[in-house]
Amino acid sequence: MKPVKQTVAMDRRSFLKVSLLASGALVIGCGRFDSATANELEDGTWIPNLYVRIDTDGNITIVSKNPEAGQGVKTAFPMVVAECLNVDWKTVSVEQAPLDDRYGRQAIGGSRGTPDGWDDLRVAGTAACQLLVSAAAEEWGVSVDTCKAESGFVVHEASGRSARYETLLETAASLPVPDVGELQLKSRPADFSLLGTFVPGVDNHKIVTGQPLFGCDTRLDGMLYAVYAKCPVFEGKVRSANVDEIRKLPGVTHAFVVEGTDDLRGLRSGVAIVAETWWQANSARKRLHVDWDTNHAASSADYEKRAELLRAESGETQGSAGDVDKAMGGASQIVEASYYYPFVSHANMEPQNCTALYRESGQLELWAPTQNPKGGRRLISRTLGIPEDRIHVNLMRIGGGFGRRLRNEFMAEVAWIAREIRRPVQLQWTREDDIRHDYYRPAAWHDFKAGLDSDGRMIAFDHHFITFGVDGETVSGADLSPQHYPAGLVPNFRLRRSLIETNAPTGPWRSPGHSAYGWAYQSFFDEVALAAGRDPFEFRLDLLSRSFGKTQIDRQRASDVLKLAAKKAGWGSREVGDNRGLGIAFHYDHGAYVAYVAEVFADGSLINVDKVFAVVDCGPVINLSGAKNQVEGGFVDALSTANLEITFANGAAQQSNFTDYELLRIGQAPDIECHFIQSDNSPSGLGEPPLAPAAPAVCNAIFAATGTRVRKLPFSRSGISL
Amino acid sequence: MTLKINGQSVSIDIPSDMPLLWALRDKLNLVGTKYSCGVGVCGSCTVLVNGMPMRSCVMPATSMAGMEITTIEGLDPAGEHPVQKAWNDEDVPQCGYCQSGQILTATALLRQNPNPSDDDIDSAMSGVLCRCGTYHRIRKAIKRAAEYAAETGGES
Repeated sequence: MKPVKQTVAMDRRSFLKVSLLASGALVIGCGRFDSATANELEDGTWIPNLYVRIDTDGNITIVSKNPEAGQGVKTAFPMVVAECLNVDWKTVSVEQAPLDDRYGRQAIGGSRGTPDGWDDLRVAGTAACQLLVSAAAEEWGVSVDTCKAESGFVVHEASGRSARYETLLETAASLPVPDVGELQLKSRPADFSLLGTFVPGVDNHKIVTGQPLFGCDTRLDGMLYAVYAKCPVFEGKVRSANVDEIRKLPGVTHAFVVEGTDDLRGLRSGVAIVAETWWQANSARKRLHVDWDTNHAASSADYEKRAELLRAESGETQGSAGDVDKAMGGASQIVEASYYYPFVSHANMEPQNCTALYRESGQLELWAPTQNPKGGRRLISRTLGIPEDRIHVNLMRIGGGFGRRLRNEFMAEVAWIAREIRRPVQLQWTREDDIRHDYYRPAAWHDFKAGLDSDGRMIAFDHHFITFGVDGETVSGADLSPQHYPAGLVPNFRLRRSLIETNAPTGPWRSPGHSAYGWAYQSFFDEVALAAGRDPFEFRLDLLSRSFGKTQIDRQRASDVLKLAAKKAGWGSREVGDNRGLGIAFHYDHGAYVAYVAEVFADGSLINVDKVFAVVDCGPVINLSGAKNQVEGGFVDALSTANLEITFANGAAQQSNFTDYELLRIGQAPDIECHFIQSDNSPSGLGEPPLAPAAPAVCNAIFAATGTRVRKLPFSRSGISL
Repeated sequence: MTLKINGQSVSIDIPSDMPLLWALRDKLNLVGTKYSCGVGVCGSCTVLVNGMPMRSCVMPATSMAGMEITTIEGLDPAGEHPVQKAWNDEDVPQCGYCQSGQILTATALLRQNPNPSDDDIDSAMSGVLCRCGTYHRIRKAIKRAAEYAAETGGES
């Protein structure tokens, strides 16, 4: 942690000393929201920093700054503050922050919440706690060192005195804020009492009783409902539409064409229909006739032909070590295979939506289920010409993020409509809108070649990666680092890349890249191990045992998760029976190490994934329930996605609903046993790391059970069904 | 027309083809019932009609006269129903969006079968999709709810 002390002009009265952490968040010495006073009392409520409020009745409120999309941050972050504040979790209530620049980064993506927030949250809790301890020491006239905080009390053991936090607020508020660098922060599992335990989500009560919570649950006085029809063909624009006719339909209050912009991630050309109820708006849409100006570029069939041609070329070298060609020439054995995975959709259960109110004063307020509220505000400002300081964004619980809601065109759409109609309005996309206008995970082809020495060790690895992009730049979500595993573990290594142009919108999809190419790598290494007559588990450990330069991964942590997964699954020590197989895989991304052993049963080509043994090292676990949820759910998500594809024809996506994009159902989901190696490393996020090794563990098990190697996804392309 | 929702008779003025889902959400502000697919395949919009789980996104509200409709808001507003308690204690929800449909479907299952096996659960719950993949915990929570109901001797 590197706190940076700055003197910042905060208000007309004074210069305050505030502490800015590396994340850009103001943590100490800055009142919450509208106030700039350090460490203050407001109507008796003590507000030591942006995250903590304690009132005179002993109510403790902890603010959660990041959007909640099911990754559990709204529970996990306040738990960190509560741990360091030394309060009983049952006495804490949690409040969602709106978008507020003083919190620094408020986006959720890249599993960065936990590593970024770890210091801020511990500082916030610890500093507030220290002020309370100092306040008690001052009141009692004893040394601070002789007092300690416990479950909402400050205790002086020598004299048997104790005081509840709420009795110390005035004194605490009068004390100077502590120096961040002097704080003793809890950092290791051994230090924690609340962290690492199983804590149910703070919004569970609202969820199980059906109270308003999500973006689409927003209800404002006089609110209207909108649909926004865009061209199914990417980049299509409205030439004309029968909006005069639409306006006469039942319940419809407004219908108009929006010219839009050329920003493919912004406000696209379309037709807005607004009505008293959403059903009426959407019913009117069925009578809408639009003359579209279209560009029929996107075509999966064309992409496949192009990839076939590129395969014969050498591609552009992205990274290399040693001399791959020479090593291949001297190898005792060569193993080659090609892998393919398709475009996929995010398919959030809650289709994109947003609610907006444009006030005559020129202020715009939004209720947005977005992973990236700041980006949404910026987009609206740019598109509508409204200054950012006039745009207020409330962060609503998100019905599934997975990277989709890092893009905010739905915010720009509703902002435009709200300003046009001057009424509060909720824009709700249909499921079909949602799947046809996604930012898809890009497809890719991987041609692998491995050279082995006479001991069956991999001495050369050549990889031709064919993906999407133009002019040497991959499209969003298609990147693959040349430093990625197995770089640094093989003496002769080369990554080559070829690009196919596309106008299909693409973007980050949960564990961007890793969740796709992790499958290709971990499946291919299984093939290599077996071709060399070696055990796939032992082969992977051996690969991690040698270093040939810099590696991204910590080889010890990677080996440890593999070993424990193998042990828990009884790898090599139990017979699984006929038509059954075990498959192993591991991956490292976003700071965490995850290994799986999957056990499958094959009824011909029909596969049932019966059981999964998961081992994760993400550093200290914050919420055991939330962490396990990410592993259990991440595995299911990866398995579900390996069974799905989005294809393009005539410039548009061919799938549009769960009828042709069928997510996994409960009967197809495995039983998952989850273990954590709780190391003293600082914690990583866990929204993404459980994805990558899941599909390859299953595919390797399918091979063990059936002899069929899944080299193409979805499973149906390899003759497998779930 | 008049609908009977969560034990109360409610008069509403709606288009004849409006599905129950939108009558609930846009006319009655009962937003716990969720829209997701609109074609009756994902189960997010599930409500109980005379105790049976039904897809509110494809049922015209005008066809529901005289039927007992239970939405998630009507299960137990205090959240003390065995299924609600089990859902919290097993911490089933991730994003939570599909969970009202899951909870009501599970409630109907337990009323018919107080001690369901994994296969019974998979069969009864197969109509409700969860994009977050909470299926593992849904199985556990249904078993826990069955225990809670047995302990209290109450109806689940």
